[in-house]
Amino acid sequence: MKNEQATQLLFELSVPGRTATRWPDSDVPDRPIDDLIPSRYRAESAPSMPELTEADVVRHFVNLSTRNFSVDTHFYPLGSCTMKYNPKRHERLAGLDGLGNLHPYQREEDSQGMLQILFEMQEMLGEIAGLPAVSLQPAAGAQGEFTSLLVAAAYFRDRGEKRTKVIFPSSAHGTNPASAALAGFDCVQLDPSPTGLVDPEQLQSHLDDSTAVFMITNPNTLGLFEKDIDRIAGMVHDAGGLVYIDGANMNAILGITRPGDFGGDMMHYNVHKTFTGPHGAGGPGAGPIAVRSFLADYLPGPVVRKETAEDGTVTYRLADPPHSIGRMRSFFGNVGILLRGYFYLRTLGAQGLRAVSENAVLNANYLREKLKDILPVPQGERCMHEFVASAKKQKDERGVTAMDVAKRLLDYGFHAPTVYFPLVVAEALMIEPTETESKETLDAFSDALHAIATEDPEMLHQAPYTTPVSRPDEVAAGRKPQLTWSPCLND
Amino acid sequence: MSYLFNTPQQTQEMLAAIGVGSIGDLLEQIPESLRLDRELDLPAPKSELELEQHVRSLAGQNVTATRRSCFLGGGAYDHFVPAVVDEIASRGEFYTAYTPYQAEASQGSLQAFFEFQTLICQLTGMDVSNASLYEGGTAVSEAAFMAMRVTNRHDRVVVLGSVHPEFRQILHTYTDHLPCEIVEIRCPDGVADLNLVKEQLDEKTSCLVVQQPNFFGCLEDVQELSDLAHSVGALSVVSVDPISLGMLERPGNLGADIVVAEGQPLGIPLQYGGPYLGILACRNEYVRKIPGRIVSLATDRNGQRCFVLGLQTREQHIRREKATSNICTNQGLLALRATIYMSLLGADGLGQVADLCCRKAHYAAEQLTALDGVELMFAQPFFKEFVLRVENGAERFVGAAREAGFDIGPLLTRFDTLEDPVRSEGVLVAVTECRSRDEIDALRDAVQNA
Repeated sequence: MKNEQATQLLFELSVPGRTATRWPDSDVPDRPIDDLIPSRYRAESAPSMPELTEADVVRHFVNLSTRNFSVDTHFYPLGSCTMKYNPKRHERLAGLDGLGNLHPYQREEDSQGMLQILFEMQEMLGEIAGLPAVSLQPAAGAQGEFTSLLVAAAYFRDRGEKRTKVIFPSSAHGTNPASAALAGFDCVQLDPSPTGLVDPEQLQSHLDDSTAVFMITNPNTLGLFEKDIDRIAGMVHDAGGLVYIDGANMNAILGITRPGDFGGDMMHYNVHKTFTGPHGAGGPGAGPIAVRSFLADYLPGPVVRKETAEDGTVTYRLADPPHSIGRMRSFFGNVGILLRGYFYLRTLGAQGLRAVSENAVLNANYLREKLKDILPVPQGERCMHEFVASAKKQKDERGVTAMDVAKRLLDYGFHAPTVYFPLVVAEALMIEPTETESKETLDAFSDALHAIATEDPEMLHQAPYTTPVSRPDEVAAGRKPQLTWSPCLND
Repeated sequence: MSYLFNTPQQTQEMLAAIGVGSIGDLLEQIPESLRLDRELDLPAPKSELELEQHVRSLAGQNVTATRRSCFLGGGAYDHFVPAVVDEIASRGEFYTAYTPYQAEASQGSLQAFFEFQTLICQLTGMDVSNASLYEGGTAVSEAAFMAMRVTNRHDRVVVLGSVHPEFRQILHTYTDHLPCEIVEIRCPDGVADLNLVKEQLDEKTSCLVVQQPNFFGCLEDVQELSDLAHSVGALSVVSVDPISLGMLERPGNLGADIVVAEGQPLGIPLQYGGPYLGILACRNEYVRKIPGRIVSLATDRNGQRCFVLGLQTREQHIRREKATSNICTNQGLLALRATIYMSLLGADGLGQVADLCCRKAHYAAEQLTALDGVELMFAQPFFKEFVLRVENGAERFVGAAREAGFDIGPLLTRFDTLEDPVRSEGVLVAVTECRSRDEIDALRDAVQNA
């Protein structure tokens, strides 16, 4: 039922003279355009853009949408990405006129409902983190990291300390070192340890009075809880440094333990993961940060404050913290995603939130157990919300790689796990089922992987077979990147 | 209500399969001393009905662009969004997908982003575009970092004082800890003074940052400014309003090396400032220095045309601390919205919208400045937005408009970095295609005695 015609490029569908929109005639007195804007500012010719009807556009994009896997259509166990169900109520509520059509420069007295929501969101995120001071400004997790590192830099500068070093484990997300470098720090990466956990002794050997921040994901990217985190944080603090918690894996610990309780000084959330703001095929996200009270004055502004008058009247106001590092982006933040996170938290409450993590951990351990005969997990006895299995045995015995397995899963109707990350596991398949999947789905996924384990390796090297395309030549595309359409493409 | 599937019986079956007695046993991975010994202190859960009532009541306290006639600008605008944009962007196949790492499972998104990149190039006259950045302000900083990499000059960025004050603040935050000096050039006349610009550009300058139309709505001489930048070997970075390109000359034809934009006007709702869309396009020779995701055409094993994430060796997940940016999650869904918007309008529709904005804005300026004590702050050509100087105080003026059902602004007092009297006496007025002559006349009547 493929519609190849409608999924040609927009530029190929274009027919001169077609239009999709009609605009009102101008209702103001007609004046020559030259009187309004001198010709030297105006374009001599219109840009060359496709000409389409409304139905062309609809059919094109609806057909394109069918060429995607998504949470709404498929099990999407992409490790580290927390691809959980995105409740439809959030979409309708975020689109309400009172929220969706509010201008960012609307006056505070005319935005009190919005400011109340954002204030309550700050409070809830502070409580879940165990870190009371919150900025909702960062647009995504990576910007949350960068923001926190700038907060740390400002804190040390105020204390007259010159600390230049940011340390992170080898299993860290790539954004950790990238953010540290952007914030002007020197990057120190720890060597992998056989357990998959941070080795406190190795960390100790890097700690000194130039250590600014130790960045750690907990549970880490192997899905293991860093059981020595308390001691690790103590060591970093003794060296005068700060501990940063990458909150990508918060889905494992909601209401069970808190970054602030296990030694973290700063953290970011990924609202688009943990709190189910949908991922939008690559954003938008929201990466709010939570920090200890002694860092609150450095947060980027604006933040929302609540003022209660003597007569009990409550007013919400925007304010810049006194020693703010400044602004990280225009306007307030990725409010549309923060709203969805707020709706989620107000729907779940404390017990519901804890149940999320308990079931995420249960589902991951169940699947881990079901797969251990074909895809063993090298590190750890159990896992938290995700696990990193290794296809090394299959590769050694049959020449079947993690990528082969991932691609073949698509034929069985499952999105692939994250592959080849973290690098510390050979032929890594990082699997995060999330709590919003059923035992039936997990069983079917396990059955598919078991079936694949017996399939002809030659056949697997060519998989998938049922998707619109198969095995793009990424090497060739990287050598000669073709990043826009041009008419000669069709010659 | 946590959207869970496991029934009590299934939970027991799963625990048995794992070989533990309870979920508590699984959580023993976390040392007991670190476990929270109480419930989180969060508000009680709500049913869908209760949540809807609660949120509707809060939403009702906000005055939106549909409730009060909206002449607010300053980087976010009340443009009309065709129904098709909302309809397509609300398809779960798009908005519940992840970043398209797995090409075979993501051809829909990848193709849409490739089309986005092409449309942005057509609109701006540039050669290549990335697949989006967070928003227009951070896009300026990313462009400045990119210019430093291209020119290998890391000491100096020159930015016009007519660039959005928030964009400039971001640039300061992003570079505060680096040796890079951010030099701001005063624009007392509302646009760049070319002599002042020339004085500040030197052989250490990585780029000159210009906004067109600028924060005050006025038009800059982009060609002259680009030439000045090039004369010292610096790059020309130009931040544009994409709607204006339905009428104004494309920056690619005016010497720009990197074009950035806030893409909100392209079919993205106001939603209190975000998520919006950062756009970044550049000349071909700089493509390997570009930040963020980018989609490339490729061929699959059957020789079929397809799309993949391209040039990934620039990115953080591979290059780590040597990446061209730390950005990972970008603004995919907003890039999709802009793609749909641009495909619906085409050059003709964009031209009509630009024409309507321009004509109505000039009519509004004419009507408002006919009032006693109200004049244009700057005698410069403008596009859809302008700064009024109000003798009796801009605050009162805005208050009178609000009383009568009109929002104008922002008041320039909110921007600490602007200088007096622009800051103390100025107010921005933006006019989009959505405003009618009747609204403009009624606004004029409402403020005439303010």
